[in-house]
Parts: sequence; C-alpha cells; structure tokens
Amino acid sequence: MEDIVCTFCGSVCDDGEFDVEKRRVKRFCRLGSSKFAEKERIKAPMVEGKEVSYEEAIDYAVEILVNAKHPLLYGWASTVNEAIRLGVILAEKLGGVYDQCASVCHAPGVLAVIEEGLPGGTLGSIKNRAEVVIFWGANPAEAHPRHGLRYSITAKGLLVKDRKQRKVIVVDVRPTKTAKMADIFVQIKPGYDYAILSALRAIISGNADVVPKEVGGVSKEKLIELAEIMKNAKYGAVLYGLGVSQSRGRDRNVENAIKLIQLLNRTTRWIIWPMRGHYNVVGAGEVPAWEVGYSYAIDFSRGYPRFSPAEFSAVEVLNRKDCDAALIVASDPVAHFPASAVKYLKEIPVIQIDPYPNMTTLVSKVVIPSAVYGIEAEGSTYRMDGIVLRVKKILETNYWTDEKILEEMLKRVEKLKG
Amino acid sequence: MLWIKNGVVVDPKNRINAEKMDLFVKDGKIVEESKVKKGDCKVIDASGKLVVAGGIDMHAHIAGGKINTGRVMRPEEMRVVRNIAGKFRATVGRVLLTAPAIGYEYAKMGYTMSFEAATPPITSPHTHEELDAIPIIDKGALPVFGNWHLVFKCIEEKNLEKLKSLIAWTIERSKGFGVKIVNPGGVEAWMYGGNVKGLDEQVPGFAVTPREIITWLMRANEELNLPHSIHLHCNNLGIPGNYQTTIESIKLANGLKNEKRQILHVTHVQFNSYAGNSWRDVASGAAEIAKIVNSMDNVTIDMGQAIFGHATAMTGDAPFQFTLHKLIGARWSNKDTEVETGAGIVPIGYLPSNPVHTLQWAIGLELGLLIESDKVVLTTDYPNGGPFTEYPYVMAMLMSKKMREGELKRVHQYVQKATTLPSIETEKTLYEVIHMTRSLPARVMGLDKKGHLGIGADADIAIYDLNPLTTDFSNEFDRVYKAFKVSEFTIKDGDVVAKKGELVKEVFGKTFWVDASKKVDVEAVIPDVKSYFDFYTVQFSNYGVDERWLKKSKRIEVI
Repeated sequence: MEDIVCTFCGSVCDDGEFDVEKRRVKRFCRLGSSKFAEKERIKAPMVEGKEVSYEEAIDYAVEILVNAKHPLLYGWASTVNEAIRLGVILAEKLGGVYDQCASVCHAPGVLAVIEEGLPGGTLGSIKNRAEVVIFWGANPAEAHPRHGLRYSITAKGLLVKDRKQRKVIVVDVRPTKTAKMADIFVQIKPGYDYAILSALRAIISGNADVVPKEVGGVSKEKLIELAEIMKNAKYGAVLYGLGVSQSRGRDRNVENAIKLIQLLNRTTRWIIWPMRGHYNVVGAGEVPAWEVGYSYAIDFSRGYPRFSPAEFSAVEVLNRKDCDAALIVASDPVAHFPASAVKYLKEIPVIQIDPYPNMTTLVSKVVIPSAVYGIEAEGSTYRMDGIVLRVKKILETNYWTDEKILEEMLKRVEKLKG
Repeated sequence: MLWIKNGVVVDPKNRINAEKMDLFVKDGKIVEESKVKKGDCKVIDASGKLVVAGGIDMHAHIAGGKINTGRVMRPEEMRVVRNIAGKFRATVGRVLLTAPAIGYEYAKMGYTMSFEAATPPITSPHTHEELDAIPIIDKGALPVFGNWHLVFKCIEEKNLEKLKSLIAWTIERSKGFGVKIVNPGGVEAWMYGGNVKGLDEQVPGFAVTPREIITWLMRANEELNLPHSIHLHCNNLGIPGNYQTTIESIKLANGLKNEKRQILHVTHVQFNSYAGNSWRDVASGAAEIAKIVNSMDNVTIDMGQAIFGHATAMTGDAPFQFTLHKLIGARWSNKDTEVETGAGIVPIGYLPSNPVHTLQWAIGLELGLLIESDKVVLTTDYPNGGPFTEYPYVMAMLMSKKMREGELKRVHQYVQKATTLPSIETEKTLYEVIHMTRSLPARVMGLDKKGHLGIGADADIAIYDLNPLTTDFSNEFDRVYKAFKVSEFTIKDGDVVAKKGELVKEVFGKTFWVDASKKVDVEAVIPDVKSYFDFYTVQFSNYGVDERWLKKSKRIEVI
C-alpha cells in the first residue's frame, strides 16, 4: 500500500509504502518504522487487572466518570481528531477538565500567540521559499528525522531549489546532531534565549550600540552576522523547539522571538513556527478550540468552558488534588509528569485508553486497549503546521478504535446524566 | 408534516408581498396543501406574524484555519457565555464563536445557511471538519484560486481548457462550492513582502496581472457554468483611494452574460469603497460604486457592513493584514500556505468615536441603500465587519431613515462631510430587505431550492413576531430590530429547531459542494498538477477531501 501516513511525530510524513506480508514500512525514518513494526499490545480490556469485555470495561469506566465530581480527561496528542472531539464533548458533559500534552510541552507557545499572534506558514512555504532556516532549541535530526529532507534542510523546492540555495542555522545550548548539518551553529548559554533574541531585535532595529560585547555566550560580532543574514534573506523561517518554550523565560522567549519576526517583516519576509512533537498534538488543541473556544487547560465544572493554564493544566489539577478520577487517552503521564502529580494520580481511579501498555497502565483501574491509528484505523490528524492529513487503515483488527470507545462512553454518560 | 397557518408571507422570489396565507411542509420540503393530511400536521399558528424563508449568509468566515487561529489567539473573545451544557452544547463567544455557537446563533436569528468564504484548497479537510461541527444550518465553502501558482501557469499558457479542468478538479477535491479570488496576485507578491497596486501590475515572478487572473477565472467559471459566479475580494482592500480599483474590477464583467445569475460577485465592498489619498482625507467612494453596479446587469455585491464593537479581521489577504497590524499595533497571525495562497488575522474594533471606523460604518450603509436591492446582499463579512448576530441592526437601519438619524447623532461627525449617508432619503421596504437576506443570496449562489417558499423549496423557514401589514418600519425600528434578532420559530428542513430564542431541536444540516468533473476533461490538467506535487509537502493521493468523510454531503452536479 502506497502513500500511507505516519502516526509518530509532528512531521506526519505521508509517503510511506507498506508491505503487508513483511509488515514493514519503506521510506519512513526509524521512529516511524518502529511504530509500524509489531509491538507489545494491551491484550484485552481490563478492570482491576481482570480481563473483561469492551462493554463491561466501558460500563465500569463510565460509572467511575459519572460518579466523579471533577474528572480529568487528559492526553489526546496521539489519537485522531474524531476521538478528540468526543473527548472534549465528554469533558463538557461530565463537568470535568480537558487538558492535553501541550500543557507540559508547547503550551508556552500558545501563551505567546495570545500576546502577539503567530506570523507563520505551512511547511510547504518553507520548502519552496525559505532561503534561511533557523532551528532554535530544536533538534529535528533526532526528534523529527525526515523534517529536513521533506521540508526544511535538503528539501527541494520550487523557488529555493536545493540545499546549496538554503542557509541552515542552528541555535542551541549544545552541538546537536542537527547542528552538524548546519552552515552556522550558534552555541548559547542555557537560559539566555530571551537576551539573545532581544540583542537581535536591537541590532535589526538599528540599536546595535546598546548591545554588549557578548550576550549569552555569543559575541556581538556573531550576533551582528546573524542579524545581517536574517535581514538580507528574501524569505526565512525560525523553527523553534522545547529549548525555547521550556527553558528559562518560556512563553516570554517565544513572545520575544515573535516580536523579532514582526520586526523583520517590515523589511523582508520571515515566519516562525513551533516544532510540535506528537503526530496530532496540534489536533489536540485545534479541535477543542472550535468545539469550546480554547486549546488546553479547560474546565467545565460550571457547565461552560473556562481556560486557565495555571489552574486547569493536568499537572496543576493533580498537584492541587482537584480531580477525583482521570481518563487518560493516548498518553503516558505517569512517565512524564512530576512525581507529586503522579503520586496523586495513583490515589484516584484512572481509566486508560491506549493501544500500548506504558507506565500509566500500571496505575490504571480500567484499561481499554484500542486500535492503532494509521495502521488499524483511519482518521484525521494535524501535521505540526496545521495541515490536515487523513491517516489510513492498512490492517484489520479486533481492537475497537478510540472513537468507538469514546462514542460508547458518551452515549452511556448522556443516558445517565440525562 | 407542518401546517403554518395564517402567516403573513413575504417571498420575493415568488412575488409574494405580505399576503396572508398557509404553508405546508412534508419531508423537509414545502408542498401543496393537497399533499398533506391536515389532521396529521403539527400546526403553527402564525397569525399576524411574518413568515419568510430562512436567511442565507453568503459570505462569512465560520470554519477553518483562520477562525480557529483567531479563537486560540483571542481567548478573551470566549468569556461571553451563551449556553450552559445540558440538552444542548455549551456555547461561548463574543464575536468569534465556537462551532456549535455559530449554528445555534444563526438558527435563533432565523438564518439557516452560511458559506465559509475562503479556504485554501490544501486546508479544505480542516474547513470541512469544522463545518461538520456546526449544527443545524446548511453550509458550503469557497476555495481560493487567485494566488495559486498552478492557476498562474494555466493563464501564462493561455490555456482556458486546462484552467477549467483545474477548477473542476480543485472544487471536487476540496468539496468546494465555487471560485473565490482574494487580492489576485497580491498575496503571492506578499511572499516577498510586497503587494500589487493595480489591475495591470505584473505579479512578481509570473507573466500575469490581476486583470488577467480575474478575467481568465471569470471565463473559465462561465464556461463551466458553475452555480455561483466568481467571488472576488478586490485588490487594494482597506487602502484609501481603492474604490477606483473596485470600479475597474467590476467593469471586467462587461460583455459576459448568464441567464440565471451575475457574472461577477464582488464581496465585502465596504472595505473596497474608499476615496481619498490617505487616512487623513479618506472619504466614501460608495456613491461611485453604486453608480457602476446599478448600471450593470451582471454584477452583484455584498456589503461587508461594519458594526460598532469588537471584530476580528481575518482574510486570505495576507499583505493587508500585515498593514493593519502595523497601523493599529495589534497582534498579528499570518499563514503562508504552500504555493497556494496566504492568510492573516488581526483583532480590531469599530468605535463610533473614531472617524475612520464611522466612515466604514457609513459606507456599508450607503452601499446597502444606494444600490438596487436586486444587486446587494446583506453581510458583515463575519467576523471582519463584526458579528452576524447584528444583521437585524443593518436590516432595521436600511428600512428607517429615522433610525439612521438617531445613530448619526452619536457617531463621529466626520461622516457628515465624508459620506452621503446623512442625505440619503431611501428607506428600503421589508420586501427588499427580505430579498437581500434570502432570495437574492440564494440566486447569487445558484441555489434554486433555497431562499424562497415556493412549492418544492427546502422547508427552511423563519417566523418573526412582526406583522408587515400593521408595522410602521420607518418609526418602529426598535421593535423591528428586536423582532429580527430572535425568531418566533426557525424551521430547518421541516423541523422546528428554535422557538423565541430557545433551541428546540439539534439537527445537522448539509454541506453543499459542486462537482463539475464531468463537464470537462479533468485528466487534461492532472500531469501539470502532479508535476506541482513535487513542490507540495503532501502526496497527490492524500490531497483533498473524500465525500464519505463529510457528515452530510450534498453534491450538486454540473452537467
């Protein structure tokens, strides 16, 4: 089967070739290929470690959710839009909290968008137009292995034809694998992104005189060189990673970077975009935005949505012990959340929906295995730049999809809640 | 089955002007009396009430990347709670609404159909996902063509057949409804920081001009005989002096004719009707625009009325959005989209104390009043000019000089010298305003089962607490406004969905799209399209929307 769509990272490559007999995928990177290889699965639905039918597991899960005063519904980055939509509606009906993986990842970028907007573009505009690409605190060579080939480094575009016509710059705290592929590597001191962005803004706006000899481990000469490259590019792109949004300054770093882009656009064209991680973490924000107005950290306890990242992010809710049950879909908070939050998660009934066993499985009272999107089920997903791709069903399965499981849960919740 | 009894019907398409009559509905259609068993009908007593077809919003931004980025960028818009979760969805939104809120608010106002006015073909799957999340109303979406490299290529080659094939292929793939053109050539120029300033300025990097883009797409659209004409957002939007570009663009329709509808629809013309040389001496060019539109029989427009209060500018006109960001210093989102097009989003507001905003408000009304009612559709270009929920304000203003006089007193007096609004005596009749919001947009979009109450029409009906036979529209404007804000009954496909501003039933409307792929040899353009896919970031086979993905598809085949 050709042109299959990968459901691993935010690059969402859609040019894979799947050999059904050998169960092997061609063209994808090792991350994508590993997803398509056979892996350990959760065998059957389980309640307190005992195997049950889907219906029984769903009944049990719904009983937990309906009896909870304030359930947390978290995850959503590795499932399709159809399932996310049901999850949002379920949170609304239950009066619970909807939150998604971005809240421990790229959410500071959302706060920056609220402050300044997002002057961006699709990956195709980078591929075809960007003469200069700056990876800032991002390491696609390891996190999004085919990003460079398909979109940003060696990608062959219509107007920028190949690697020779494109300058690649990496700004990072250490020489990453991506840095080795760059024309220029700028090593900065950890936590100095904001200051360096400010220095670049100063230089570009004609105020180089206020910039000291060295900023965050980068010499003024180097900064001036960088500023000149940016100013002189006909079309450039800054692609930032968690190095910017999760280091000191967080959303303020991103905001400062956006202001730099605003400034550059007065004389030339630049765009900025986050390097999103999971294959549908963008959908986990887009879907609730159109359904209920916000993209994460949404509370429904008053019967209408409220957005407050400092209150309704999953980690905050757990630390505050402000939920009394949790539904975790396509995610592994036990492996990724701070110990304090995990500790509370262990105290409350947890329902997990996931194709694969993970750390969260170990603390879950109800475990509902599901089909793998892109392999066993189809659905819509957002690539990191907001382009929707339909992931495909290649193999038959007896596993229910997230969509079906959530649909059944919603039906029962609606019946019980009236 | 429904029996709407004793209503006072206004149905301009069928030349019915305030006649007392009964309507019958069966299987979602309006039928003859003989087709129903009266005993089995649910009876709605409409005595002394106005009965009209459901309203049609032919140009709004209700779904897709732009409005959703707007929502994420503006959480402050979501602090207005409209509905608490219960039998119906929780809905929020001030001017930017959530998808369920869009469906509910249109329905409560007696509107039953709305078109998303601009979707880049590559993002059409997103647009359709959001359209599918909007309850109750019928929907459609217009893909954009005016800055796409492939379109430029067909025009450079002067290959009309290929252009026709490209259009047919694209609207089928994107499940689109027609051909939208946004600032032709200007958005491509923006990719390197520029714009195009006139119809004859060459698009950077291409041997085409905006004039050629518009005329070639117009010719292709006519030869395909699509239900809707080309739908043009003119060059130079939002720039003082732009009314001349608008007039020149309108003249491009000269010489072409279509028996059923216009050749050219020019959209949100308020934003393209500015005289003057700068924001210091800007004035209204609406009278000139009205003159040319009235003189032609193949051009329609919609108003793009500005409403005082909050709004969000969002268009495919990316260079304009950047200009706006610089001008007012507000947040700015931009989306360059592959080699297809671009877009931008900037929060704005219209203040009665601001001379420019007041001018915009006045120009919209001038267009609505000075242009013949058979050629101007009522819109706010939601959410650019403001909320669609204020259509009743515009309707009431068009019908009452006295209401306008009152409003003119509270706004910046710049309008007194910069517009003709204070001197306009015209009061549109109810019949005209119902036409401008129902039968005219239906005709402009090419929908013969919509916008009227004749036998066989879709049973999309609005009943208002307003008796046309006893209402003094000039003086009772407050009551008129309130009556149109909230319908007594809104009926969608024969189901009562809203009653006195309360939702009664949630249904899901259809998504209308046009399939012209049998009209031309689509294969003729496929090699060109495929060669362009080397420069896309998705595979050819993964581009577009399959019909089965749509919740409720309504395919309109063009033969």
